[in-house]
Amino acid sequence: MKGKKFFAMLGAVAATGLLLAGCSGSGSAAGGGNKQSGNTIKIGGNFELSGSAAAYGQAMQRGTKLAIKQINKDGGVKVGNKKLKLELVQKDNKSDNSQVASVASNLTTQSKVVATVGPITSGADLAALPNQTKAKVPFITPGGTQDALTVQKNGKVQPYIFRSCFEDSYQGKALAKYVYNNMKLKKVAILADKSTDYGQGLTKAFKKEFKGQVVQTEYYQAGDKDFQALLTKMKGKNFDAIFVPGYYSEAGLIVKQARQMGITQPILGADGFADPKLVKIAGKENATNIYYTTHFDAKANNNAKAAAYMALYKKTYHEQAGTFDALAYDATYMIKQAIEDQKSADSTKIATGLANLKNFKGVTGTITMDKKHNPQKQVIISKVEEGKEVSATAVK
Amino acid sequence: MQTVLQQLVNGLSLGSIYALLALGYTMVYGIIKLINFAHGDIYMLGAFWGYYVIHQWHFSFWPALLSAMVFCALAGVIIEYLAYRPLRNSPRIAALITAIGVSFLLENGMSYLFSSNVRSFPQVMDVKSYNLFGIKVSNIQVLILVVSIVLMILLQLIIRRTKMGKAMRAVSVDPDAAQLIGINIDRTISFTFALGSALAGAAGVMIGLYYNSIDPLMGMTPGIKAFVAAVLGGIGLIPGAALGGFVIGILETATQALGFSAFKDAVVYVVLIIILLVRPAGILGKNIKEKV
Repeated sequence: MKGKKFFAMLGAVAATGLLLAGCSGSGSAAGGGNKQSGNTIKIGGNFELSGSAAAYGQAMQRGTKLAIKQINKDGGVKVGNKKLKLELVQKDNKSDNSQVASVASNLTTQSKVVATVGPITSGADLAALPNQTKAKVPFITPGGTQDALTVQKNGKVQPYIFRSCFEDSYQGKALAKYVYNNMKLKKVAILADKSTDYGQGLTKAFKKEFKGQVVQTEYYQAGDKDFQALLTKMKGKNFDAIFVPGYYSEAGLIVKQARQMGITQPILGADGFADPKLVKIAGKENATNIYYTTHFDAKANNNAKAAAYMALYKKTYHEQAGTFDALAYDATYMIKQAIEDQKSADSTKIATGLANLKNFKGVTGTITMDKKHNPQKQVIISKVEEGKEVSATAVK
Repeated sequence: MQTVLQQLVNGLSLGSIYALLALGYTMVYGIIKLINFAHGDIYMLGAFWGYYVIHQWHFSFWPALLSAMVFCALAGVIIEYLAYRPLRNSPRIAALITAIGVSFLLENGMSYLFSSNVRSFPQVMDVKSYNLFGIKVSNIQVLILVVSIVLMILLQLIIRRTKMGKAMRAVSVDPDAAQLIGINIDRTISFTFALGSALAGAAGVMIGLYYNSIDPLMGMTPGIKAFVAAVLGGIGLIPGAALGGFVIGILETATQALGFSAFKDAVVYVVLIIILLVRPAGILGKNIKEKV
């Protein structure tokens, strides 16, 4: 299925590429990009409001809307000596990569937005990238963590994609440091999802950074349900913790089967663990002694900004704030910051502003953009005991 | 030694699921020479039915298992009636493509209706682990193995000892001749689908309970593996399917135990290719000469 989706996406990208090639030469003025005009600044929303990624997309929509509402309430964005209001133009991409590409095209060429928030998954970001780049309109993804996303084939940075989340290797490295320095564990066994870039990227980064010993690396595939054979094999080895770079659907099963087999060592994971389904699948009594990295957490993000955000979110939506709405909220404020830094709301200027973002105080931490458009910020390590999150610590 | 035995237990419990699924493939193939690719998805339907009745109607395990078997048997009969019966005299490739179509319809239809999210299966049975000479066996593993074997024996009895079984065997040998001596072919084929699908439904509920995770695409890989198992044992032969299932289960476990976890699925398919080259009729299959 993964493969099929990938080809469908390639097809979509190729098709839109052709379309755009066909109509190049028309439109954009010298320098390219969309210029800000009128009394508002148009921000695009390429949201997954329906389809398989709808849960993430809706969170992203809520975060973005909340940020825009708050910015406008506070008077708007200061451009030079004027204060302009933000206007959100949002479209549903239906979690479908060809739709993602056409929404990107529609927002940038028809609605003339100067920056876009979303889409949220790495695959969708790849589909949106050609059209955004062609139109020279920057976009920020709150959830696309794939390392290669912001880099071109020749190693240069993609000029118009940014993220407000950290990338896979960043959290892999942070986890490796935390395990060695804070948890003082020296021997780790890895059980990795070999079928996704996510799992592979994390494994690579963790191995590179971990100062202790990786005693064993085994692989599974997304969709596997039986891990007894692998766990039986690992059980005989001497290790202090198991690292599972993968998503909650398989990780939940691994936790369940490992605990039932009598493996009691800590189980480590990345943001793929950050879903309540992990505990549901593993069972409460099994979901214990688990550590995972995440972007945002009510227990660890306790500065004034985060507290205010959580209160505001709760007041507006009558729910606890989550990871992806917080990241989308930050993404919107990053655009505001970029506009104010550059004193211009033209799309190419916003891209420059985002690339030069330094010490931006966001809800999910203090963000400085690196050369590859990856935010350098804190990583949060959550600990789960008996199915409940018991603590969360921020590490740099 | 203990680890080896433990792995053998793991292999057997995985293999019994493949075997249950492979039986359905093989029965349908044996009778109408159709590879029913939707079989894995009927297994998925069984798991969802189990989920539904346990959740909504608070069934305990056995009623859930039996009702899932009945439900899947009905689903199998309906699919046969709507999708395959009209194509019975068409070229075999048309029926095969229809089977793939039905499979996609079930997978995507269920994704559409119930979302493609992974669900956790309600735990109607407490997991208990037994220690036998250092080998850990859970009550659910034993349950799966025992239920599978009982169902296989029952199936064998139905086919060998009942009138309907005799009819099935007759249709399998020569449908035209069977019709001439008064066997109702439509009914026999429907019955075959019902039996095969009921087994898949049982497998679905047991797997749901065992792994505690179900989703609309859960039938894809096990379906294909079970098909490989059926071919491996000799497609069309019921003992062959059971044997093939256990062989594949143990093979997969062994591959992982030996440290080739990345090649787990590849090994299964390589074995399939080798079998097709060396013994095209499968392990238990006999070469039947076709008369010209």
